[in-house]
Parts: sequence; C-alpha cells; structure tokens
Amino acid sequence: MRQAFTDGLLSEEHRSELVFLTGDLGYRALEPLRDALGPRFINAGIAEQNMVSVAAGLARQGLRPWVYSIAPFVFARPFEQIRNDVCLHRLPVVLVGNGGGYGYGVMGSTHHALEDYGVLLTLSGLQAFIPAFDSDLATLIPSLCESQQPCYLRLGLGEQPRTWTAPPYGPWRKLAAGHGGTLIAVGPLAGSLWGPCLELPESRRPNLWCLSQLPLPELPEELRRDLAQSSRLTIAEEHVAQGSAGYALAMELLQSNSAPASFRHVTALGYPSGRYGSQKFHRAECGLDPISLLATFSSEAAP
Amino acid sequence: MHFESGVGHIGGNLSCMDILLSIYHEVLTDADQFVLSKGHAAGALYIALWSVGRLSDDDLKQFHRDGTLLSGHPPAQGIPDIPFATGSLGHGIGLAAGLALGHRLNGTHGRVLCLTSDGEWNEGSTWESLIFARHQNLDNLAVIVDQNGLQGFGRTSEVADLAPLAHKFEAFGVTTVEVDGHDHTAVAEALRSRPDCGPLIVVARTTKGCGVSFMEDRLEWHYLPMTAQQYEQACREVDDA
Repeated sequence: MRQAFTDGLLSEEHRSELVFLTGDLGYRALEPLRDALGPRFINAGIAEQNMVSVAAGLARQGLRPWVYSIAPFVFARPFEQIRNDVCLHRLPVVLVGNGGGYGYGVMGSTHHALEDYGVLLTLSGLQAFIPAFDSDLATLIPSLCESQQPCYLRLGLGEQPRTWTAPPYGPWRKLAAGHGGTLIAVGPLAGSLWGPCLELPESRRPNLWCLSQLPLPELPEELRRDLAQSSRLTIAEEHVAQGSAGYALAMELLQSNSAPASFRHVTALGYPSGRYGSQKFHRAECGLDPISLLATFSSEAAP
Repeated sequence: MHFESGVGHIGGNLSCMDILLSIYHEVLTDADQFVLSKGHAAGALYIALWSVGRLSDDDLKQFHRDGTLLSGHPPAQGIPDIPFATGSLGHGIGLAAGLALGHRLNGTHGRVLCLTSDGEWNEGSTWESLIFARHQNLDNLAVIVDQNGLQGFGRTSEVADLAPLAHKFEAFGVTTVEVDGHDHTAVAEALRSRPDCGPLIVVARTTKGCGVSFMEDRLEWHYLPMTAQQYEQACREVDDA
C-alpha cells in the first residue's frame, strides 16, 4: 500500500500547499515524492514530537502537512502534540501510520499499532481512515488533501484477490453476498477474507462488508437489511477491543434498537503465546485469519 | 487581575512581563507572530496584548471567570493574536518552528518569536525542536528563555541542572545572546538582531516575582494567590518603582 500511497501523493504534487514530513522513514518508497516536492518534503529526523508540532505550525500558516512514520511512532509517541497542537485547534494535519495492526510482523511488538485509531478517535474532530485496497488511495488522498480537519490514515498491506477488481472506495463496501450471516471486517482484513468468502457455498457464505472509516459512518440501508435478515453479526478488526470499531458498532445497534440476536467481536489480543511472527501468525493467534474467522462463521451459520 | 480572580502563577508572569512588553511594543510587526511556550504566563501575555490595544479592559475583567476566553493558560481559539493553546511545556518551539518554516514555504517575510521558561528545557521536545530549527536554518525564528532560575518544585540548578544553558545552545550551533531580561532596551536590541544563521536564542536573566519584594526569587509565588494585604503592598511597590 506504501507504493500506492506514494503514487497518490505524487498525483497531488501540484498542490502548492502540500508539505510532507517524515520521521526519517521511507527508504525505497518515498524517494520519488522527495524528488518531486523539493523543499516541501522535510525529513524531520527521529523526533516525532517536534514533527507534529511543526506540522501544526505549518497548518496554521495555511499549508497542508502530511506527517508520516511507522504507525506506533506517529500516534503514540507524539500523542500530546496531536491532542494539544493539532486537534485542539482542529488543524488540517494528516497523520499517516504505516503498518497498522500487526503490519510490521516479526519486527515485534514495539512496531505494532493495535490501539491507534481507538486512541486517536478519543480526540475531538479527528477522523480515521483504514483503506482496504491499494486502489483506495487514489480516491482517498485527494479527499484528504481537501479535508478541513485532523485525519489519521492507517496504511496496511492491501490484500486483494487477483481475479476481482476492488469496488471504489467508500466508508462501507459490500464485497460478497450470501445467506450465512453478516461479517464486517475493518480495512485490509476485509481483503484477506474476500477470496475465501467467495469460495464458500452461498448458503454458508456471509454478507461480507468492509469498513474503512471512523468514527462509525452511518450504516447503509443494505447493511441494516442484511443484519435484519441474518440476525447474526461478526465484526473483525486488527485492533484491540477497547476503542474499537466493534464497540462503536455495538453502541450504534443498541441505540437504534437493531441489535442482532448474535453479535461476535474478533479483535487483536496482543501476544497470547508470547511469541512473535509474521502478520499472518499474529492474526491466526487472535482468530483473525480467514480459516479461523470463516470456520467459526460456518459453524455459527449451521442449523 | 490575579488578585481579583484568586489565582497563582504570578511569579512567573512577573519574571517575563518586561520581556513581553519589549516584544509587543518594540519588536513585533504586523507580519510577525508570537508563541507563548510558557503558557502559565498567560496573564502577562493578556496584559501585553491589552497594552497594545488587542484586548480591552472588559476582556481582562473576565480573566479566569466562567465563560471567559482568558483562561489560565492561552486558549485554542477566540483571540486572533494567540495562535496556539499552550500550557503543557515543551510545545512552543516546535509550533513556532512550524510557523517560521511556513513563512519560508509561503514566501512571506514574517518573523516568529517564542518565549520559553528555563525549567521548560527539561523537556526533551525542546531539544528536538532546537535541532530542527537549527538544521532548517530558521533565521526568522527567535526564542527567548525567561531564565528566572526557579521551576515547579525547586531551583533549576537543583532539579535538573542545565547550566550553563547558553553554552549548551551555542554547542548546538545556535547564535545565543544573554541579556538582562528586565532591561527593555537590551531585550529589544537582542531580538532585533538577525544572525547569519537561524534561529536566534536570547537568554534573558530574570527574577521571579520581579518588582514585588516578598515575591522576588521565591518558589511559592509560582503557585500562591495574594491576600488583600499582600496585594496592597505589591501595588504600592510597583507604583513606587
């Protein structure tokens, strides 16, 4: 997704107000952007607190700063700067966290971001975007360039079945239809489930929905119909339960008197075995891999 | 103002009052911006803004009241001359560096001034920002350090000694000037100077609680509100000065 991100920003290079700050990261990815932006590309060094404060100052001068780092380094280290300098003033700064969730795999727990959007969404006026597919960036980036509020963009590994074309970006997208219940996945996790889902017979296949934006966007009527018909809902996300999309969805369903008979929330659990591995390894440990999610789903759907 | 609202922080306000008056009366132009990094000196900032007609008598009467814009630390919105809410220390230099860099990228010529405390340099983020400002050669940025020698729970020399602070700045390659922070002319002259490379740092030696004998160089006036008797004595001493 990083290449698509770079390409997307390169397409917006003509915007004179665009400024890009990186916390000394982007090797073999951001070089074209650096070359295109010239003085508007700033390597702020390994100093994320200052980088976010500088971005707030730039935004106050009418510029549109993008702040880039590995996801935990862009949301956790400079949290107070995001809160005080950016969000208290509702400045249009885009925070970009690469490798959301377990994206950095065996690099280890310091490089994982399992709490990012939950923590950031506690801040006033901030919107989080979790694109699922590389192609989402071509739509999202121009939109973020126009945004008037603080934004967080969580980049992951775009997982898209090679034989299908991803639907255009939207906060909610329906990827598959079936009669086995409803499965909502947040961001790239939806892509990892799409192919395996379509291989299931229609009777066991869930309606697969992808959620890519928070705070929780209004639920589409079709999703409400799916929920009403199936009465079974699973929501899966590579994020801890606290502050999650699942909690927000449960609240929305309760408040709208449309809670399904069965509600299951599958989340990041940290490090249950105390061992480290690839993103797939960690997803599997949490039951977030396609086999675990769909097997449980199938049994749930069984008579 | 502090007496009527029954709040403290007056010691650190009085240590930088002369600096702020110099900045607002002798240095800042319409194109320039000021960031108060030591946000607990908001009272002094409000007085400085009042002295140049940017706040009214009625505004000052609202200091610390319910529904006010003049909170104990600078507000995030509502006062155009205050670009940022501050109060958590260590933010101002990065914010000011962003403003200064923004001028450069926009092709505008304003300067940015930022006032820090001395204890604030305990914060690692101040050094991050100093390194950044120097590396970016932000010659339109000037940082003033209100060096009153006292911080929250002791003398700066006893809490986390940074002396000699000016030498440390110089070791980072930053042009550093030391002045008497209560000498308006010296502060203004130092801030008007434009070194070959940026940023400029002015270390202003000050006295906490300056001008009021029972407050001068006393830690407790970081916190205490004045009694009526103390207020009357303070007023007499300031009037007689």
